Amino acid sequence: MSQSHETQPVTSPPTDREAAYLRVLSSPEFGDLKHKYRSWVIPATLAGLTFYFVYVLMSTYAVDFMSQKLVGNVNVGLVFGLLQFVATFAVTMAYVRYADRELDPRSSKIREEMEAEGLA
Amino acid sequence: MIDTALVRAAETEQIGNTALNISIFVGFVVLTLFFVVRASRTNKSTSQMYTAGSSFTGRQNGIAISGDYLSAASFLGIAGAIALTGYDGFLYSIGFLVAWVIALLLVAELLRNTGRFTMADVLSFRMQERPVRTAAAVSTLVVSFFYLLAQMAGAGGLVALLLNIHDSFGQALVIAAVGALMILYVLVGGMKGTTYVQIIKAILLIGAALLMTVWVLAQYGMNFSDLLGDGASAGAALEPGKKYGLDDVTKIDFISLSVALVLGTAGLPHILMRFYTVPTAKEARRSVVWAIWLIGLFYLFTLTLGYGAAAMVGPDRIASAPGAANSAAPLLAYELGGTLLLGIVSAVAFATILAVVAGLTITASASFAHDIYTNVIHRGNAPDGREVRVARIAAIVIGVVAIFGGIAANGQNIAFLVALAFAVAASANLPTILYSLFWKRFNTRGCLWSIYGGLIITVGLIFFSPAVSGSETAMFPDQDWSWFPLANPGLVSIPASFLLGIVGTLTSKEHLEYKAAEMEVRSLTGAGAEGRAIDH
Repeated sequence: MSQSHETQPVTSPPTDREAAYLRVLSSPEFGDLKHKYRSWVIPATLAGLTFYFVYVLMSTYAVDFMSQKLVGNVNVGLVFGLLQFVATFAVTMAYVRYADRELDPRSSKIREEMEAEGLA
Repeated sequence: MIDTALVRAAETEQIGNTALNISIFVGFVVLTLFFVVRASRTNKSTSQMYTAGSSFTGRQNGIAISGDYLSAASFLGIAGAIALTGYDGFLYSIGFLVAWVIALLLVAELLRNTGRFTMADVLSFRMQERPVRTAAAVSTLVVSFFYLLAQMAGAGGLVALLLNIHDSFGQALVIAAVGALMILYVLVGGMKGTTYVQIIKAILLIGAALLMTVWVLAQYGMNFSDLLGDGASAGAALEPGKKYGLDDVTKIDFISLSVALVLGTAGLPHILMRFYTVPTAKEARRSVVWAIWLIGLFYLFTLTLGYGAAAMVGPDRIASAPGAANSAAPLLAYELGGTLLLGIVSAVAFATILAVVAGLTITASASFAHDIYTNVIHRGNAPDGREVRVARIAAIVIGVVAIFGGIAANGQNIAFLVALAFAVAASANLPTILYSLFWKRFNTRGCLWSIYGGLIITVGLIFFSPAVSGSETAMFPDQDWSWFPLANPGLVSIPASFLLGIVGTLTSKEHLEYKAAEMEVRSLTGAGAEGRAIDH
């Protein structure tokens, strides 16, 4: 079950197993999966972090704006803070939907092909 | 709203009923020990000990993750921070939650697909194994140690309040008892037993927080705005800046803290290890989704608990209670439901500490046994059965160190200590994890520079910060060797560690193309992932 992870000298030619992984890596199916994955998660992560740091910076340098009361004692800052929760939940649900529909079928297909080849 | 005469009366007497507090806590210990002993029947192999044979479902693991993550800092620390400072304290809740976006999107599934037991499995996958494993293990031990210190320090403060033990020797004894119990859980139950403890604790903690939240709101006729108003007039500010808006340095400190909070989670070894307790990446994803919902709900409750404690207990009384800020939630429980609710909440807080320290201990001992002993010292060929024994001995040693550290750190602010652990994790671990998973060119030197550089810079800056010396709230308030102005070093140490990873990589010619190809394919497809079939 356990595989050892020895490093290979760069100059040696790939073994059959390594060549097979290199083949999968350069296959269009894998390229498609990688693109589908990265083109979703990287922008989503950056958007989430940006929204968070805007909140932090405004809490630090736009105190008057954040202190404005909206309803009763609830002010802009608190609503902005609660929106961080909403954003986190929204990203989570959207990602699960996306992964179930777009990522899982693609990754299982590649994995099953590799297992059929005896690679995995 | 508050009967001040009653408050004064309570201040002069012992708060709560010690016998009741102890018996509720003993009930929790008996219940969890039952599951731990049951789990012990299968706790023989390394995979059982470290990851429960990857046999948990996503939902079970998600609940356990929330139990592992919602530490004493989240419950006692945040409630206290909000009660004393208001808005600024809520940053902890927000940062600790938003951090999970990184764990969900970038780390959990890929890590599950490429590793087996420890964080070092992933980091050393395509690097020169021994140096990288050593570095990752060192960093795992340092982060876990900081985190353990915070939890054990919290145990001391809680004891002072609940069991009416005010002399430091008595508190030290209780910290030692907590440590001994945690060692027992880990030795007997392994990861499976620890997971059950975390699941039970998560349900109790979130249930107690929900109960208190509804109770507080009911006192205000479910009018949240009135609660905020009362909290604010008691001193828990509604506007930002009460704690961090004083001058330019505190403002930068606020930003620095916010960076450490949001980037630390995905680098915490004891959280990463939980992803290995499920069989597939899809289950790892499901775990994180469950964890995000539970953790998010809990942090929403902290808002009501914090302002509720300010309004109904009062910042002055919280600050002067044994355990200071950390006592806000238990005092609120007493105010609401008298000795019974105080007993329940304090037992839950103890359970929280116990579950988290057990998770930390298993992570640190697994890293020592699997990474250092088996793979570095014995180059992957340790004698049969020895690794489990080494892990058990390591758990005992780590537990004893944690007991002494906890006794030394007794009385420190726990949310703050945990924030330091987050700063170390975000600096030493997160850059190498992300580079390993997303940057093909990343290599051994980049890895080592980032881990060791991140560790040295973070721990060094903490040592020379006002958190350690030169301020009233420092660990050594009477001495002053501080020159670094920020209490949390994240703003400097995290970018520096990311940069060191890049510089180290580019100055080394090493480029392990084949292993990088294998890692990339495996990380995204799950081909060849360890533990897919449960074979023990």
